[in-house]
Amino acid sequence: MISLNVNEKDLQVDVDPETPLLWVLRDHLDLPGTKYGCGVAQCGACVVHLEGEAVRSCVTKVKRAENKKVVTIEGLAENNDHPVQQAWTEVDVPQCGYCHSGQIMSAAVLLKENPNPTDEDIDLAMAGNICRCGTYSRIRKAIHVAAEINKSST
Amino acid sequence: MNPFKPKNQGKILSTVGGVFLILLVVGISVGMSEKNFSTEDYIELSSLKKDSVVSKEAFKKVYSVLMHPRCMNCHPSGDIPLQGDDSHLHGMSPQRGEDGKGVYAMKCANCHQNENTPGIHAPPGNPEWHLPPADMKMIFQGRTANELAKQLIDKSKNGNKSIKDLIAHAEDTLVKAGWHPAEGLSLPPMSHKEFKEAWVTWLKTGAYAPDNSE
Ligand code: FES
Ligand code: FES
Repeated sequence: MISLNVNEKDLQVDVDPETPLLWVLRDHLDLPGTKYGCGVAQCGACVVHLEGEAVRSCVTKVKRAENKKVVTIEGLAENNDHPVQQAWTEVDVPQCGYCHSGQIMSAAVLLKENPNPTDEDIDLAMAGNICRCGTYSRIRKAIHVAAEINKSST
Repeated sequence: MNPFKPKNQGKILSTVGGVFLILLVVGISVGMSEKNFSTEDYIELSSLKKDSVVSKEAFKKVYSVLMHPRCMNCHPSGDIPLQGDDSHLHGMSPQRGEDGKGVYAMKCANCHQNENTPGIHAPPGNPEWHLPPADMKMIFQGRTANELAKQLIDKSKNGNKSIKDLIAHAEDTLVKAGWHPAEGLSLPPMSHKEFKEAWVTWLKTGAYAPDNSE
């Protein structure tokens, strides 16, 4: 049994400790918002927060998350209204949408550590999140919008 | 030039025969303070057997390991690590960051786990995975053997490490990670044991820097 805290809930899962966190989230905890893209840390579709860091759950074994806090796209905000989510809606960022839970989770870490990022900061932070549909310019715009939303709500 | 040899040692030896030992000690101390060496280093080094030929030969082996991709890839001349056996710039352009552990959503440990992830092109791992920090970059890429040897023993460029610290550093977990490459990546040109022997020999025989022509 592995004890985890996922989206503010303490829970236990009966899985092999070597199982990637991604499969524990999707297959055992019924949280399919986190996506599988490549399985080898190359695309960013599977990004979740582990103790506040934007880890790639496809290569993060569940044993690394034992007794730690995991946040998935489902738990980023209670009503799906995290400033990044609001901005994503406002700018209408997604095309097919497949990459965007990873994009949003990465952007949330960027804004937590740098509330007012420049274009360059955004490029550095988001360079590991691939979008097959090429929504990069809207992602960049939405991150600036999210920074503004953050400012006006504080 | 031998970095441990006091600048005025030759003069002292030729002019003051009787009090040679005392002055040698003073001379060495002065030489070392100029090179940022501590008393501790002096005590260590006073028991060393200097031999420039053995030392330089040992450094050639050390250099072949340090310039191998498993070592050099994390000692790049820029702020993006290198990757693969051809030492290309790391895909996704992760940045060094101030502490050497990356920036924002692109921190080393977000992908690099405590151990290698199985599979070709999957990230190698180690609990300490990082680059040298921004204020102490310890660049290997592009350095000649002469430059790298001098840099390695210069406390202002080696993370303030004494000779003793440097010897101990051969057992560092991240140094040893070079001998546990991820699938499909080559090993350094000799075993860790042979590397450590060459490293310690180089340091204990005077840490001579090979000439650029050597
Ligand atoms: S699925 Fe994890 S990075 Fe691609
Ligand atoms: S919106 Fe389709 S992959 Fe990004």
